[in-house]
Amino acid sequence: MIGTDKLGAFKGSGSKPDGWNRPPVIEPDGDAELLEVAMGPHHPSTHGVFRMDVALDGERVIRLKPVFGYLHRNHEKIAEGLGYLGSMPFTDRLDYMCPLTNNWAYALAVEKLTGQEVPERAEYLRVILGELTRVQNHASAIGFLIQEMGASGTPLMYAFREREKILDLFEALTGARMMVNYMRFGGCRVDATPAWLDAARKVVAGLPGFADEMDRLLSTNEILMARTQGVGVLRPELAVNAGVTGPMLRASGVNYDIRKVDGYGIYNRFNFRVPLGDHGDVYDRYMVRLLEMRESIKILEQALKDIPGGPVMDPKAKIRGFRPKPGEAYGRIEAPKGELGFYLISDGGPTPYRYRVRPPSLINLTVLEDMALGENVADVVLIFGSVDIVLGEVDR
Amino acid sequence: MKTVEEIKAAIEAAVPDAGVEFISNPSVSGQHSLRLTPDHALAVSVFLRDELSFDFLSNVTGVDWPDKAVTEKVKVTRTVTKTVDGVEQPVEETAEETRTRVTPGCLEAVYHLFSVALKQGPLTFRMRTVNRTDHVELPSLTPIWRSAEFQEREIFDLFGIVFTGHPDLRRLLMWDGFKDHPMRRDYVEPDDFEYEPTAHDDVLKRAMAHQAATAAQPAIAGATGQKGTGAGQ
Repeated sequence: MIGTDKLGAFKGSGSKPDGWNRPPVIEPDGDAELLEVAMGPHHPSTHGVFRMDVALDGERVIRLKPVFGYLHRNHEKIAEGLGYLGSMPFTDRLDYMCPLTNNWAYALAVEKLTGQEVPERAEYLRVILGELTRVQNHASAIGFLIQEMGASGTPLMYAFREREKILDLFEALTGARMMVNYMRFGGCRVDATPAWLDAARKVVAGLPGFADEMDRLLSTNEILMARTQGVGVLRPELAVNAGVTGPMLRASGVNYDIRKVDGYGIYNRFNFRVPLGDHGDVYDRYMVRLLEMRESIKILEQALKDIPGGPVMDPKAKIRGFRPKPGEAYGRIEAPKGELGFYLISDGGPTPYRYRVRPPSLINLTVLEDMALGENVADVVLIFGSVDIVLGEVDR
Repeated sequence: MKTVEEIKAAIEAAVPDAGVEFISNPSVSGQHSLRLTPDHALAVSVFLRDELSFDFLSNVTGVDWPDKAVTEKVKVTRTVTKTVDGVEQPVEETAEETRTRVTPGCLEAVYHLFSVALKQGPLTFRMRTVNRTDHVELPSLTPIWRSAEFQEREIFDLFGIVFTGHPDLRRLLMWDGFKDHPMRRDYVEPDDFEYEPTAHDDVLKRAMAHQAATAAQPAIAGATGQKGTGAGQ
């Protein structure tokens, strides 16, 4: 790789001097006046309505402040006025690229609160749908990243072609492409037919070819390598300290995948590996996503082979008059963008006393300033794209 | 992983007078928590990060516990002078009375810690403010865990907890001139979605009721808007 040192492995944080985790202060060259640019809120390359207030010295970024809230609708307050099940369709709207993993995280948190068991077939269906979601999210994330680099269209259209096949599967099973409202506390809403499983096997059989195609098209592309290698480096100590999770954390070389660590659902039954980056730059974030797609395909093949028969809902699960006992629970999963957690406090009533979403997109943006300082303004868009956020989740 | 009780004992051994309190969680999740005193929170946090390897602060959130009026029936015994058999003498009499007792509310910040190095967690700890109106300060843990930066700003924005020592405490989601804290349980929603240029009948009544309700609210500490976004300052 050009001009970057390999990062060391993460060995715990240890004691550090004060202020080590703050963004560096960059002094402008000479006494030229700084140019202040508001990138957004309707910049064509942002993934939603988001603004970065940037101070530039020539093309060099001296300061960067993200501005949030354009899509804020106080999801948490609304959920505190709804019954537990009433929030399930609303979780689809958080990270609207990956509604099924949002459903899963919320169902998991409520199941932790109530102690409900999930039947085996439902666990397999959750894994299949979760991994299909991961494949289509990473494919689109790569597509958008390349789009933001200036390669208009082609890689994104390749990604969307594959995403469309996966969304067709979601539509056949749940009735909706994106607003799926599929999972329930103690299982899933409807069962998959054998025909659906065959269709899923057919789509999954085509995915390795798609991953190869993206790999051949992009991985050794000269322009992509020149634009992304050594850009936006994130050191592992800062990544852990700043709560960065998901592919971004693993691209910095930290081996932390909640599917492996917590082994929630039935993930400890599957044989898959956790891809890690060496340099923590934009290229590694691209590469980790591509490799994670391949690992997801491996999980999908195993799950579609092993899926057992049986019910998809816990027969004892209560839908009406659902009132968990007083207490609290924090449940989290490895969503495609990082750790998606739900924190619930029940006071014994039909609505949660406190309902909190731990959004991976928002917390991954904590280090945006650190990564962008000192880089060219054209690379800020690229670094921002490599974080892979969705504003529905950032602003909630 | 160490149990929460063991972690509590370790904290007490390392930070004397930390005043850590064990909070039991009756739910099946079994995620018990520790309540820290704000005075010792920074020392305890450094100990948790550096000695117990809780290097990853995953989730920070606020909880609002409003003042609670508890109505209870109390048996009261009084000595009353009564005439018994033609002679006045004191007699003890027991009667039931209804009394209302107000438990003062507070704002709470809840933290979920994990360890990336040891792959352990979660450890939940929480801190409480003195009250909900004028003493709403808690120490900021952003210098220790950077992941608290935006989440503490969100709590400041939506709950009104003021984190002292935060490097950049501004509203995160609501706009800068906004005055209230929407996640508080006594928040009055604005009525302007029913706005009409010349309000009349029902809409006028609602608008007037809303104005009365918002005018009656006491001023909230930390609710002052701050101008600007900071990038150009």
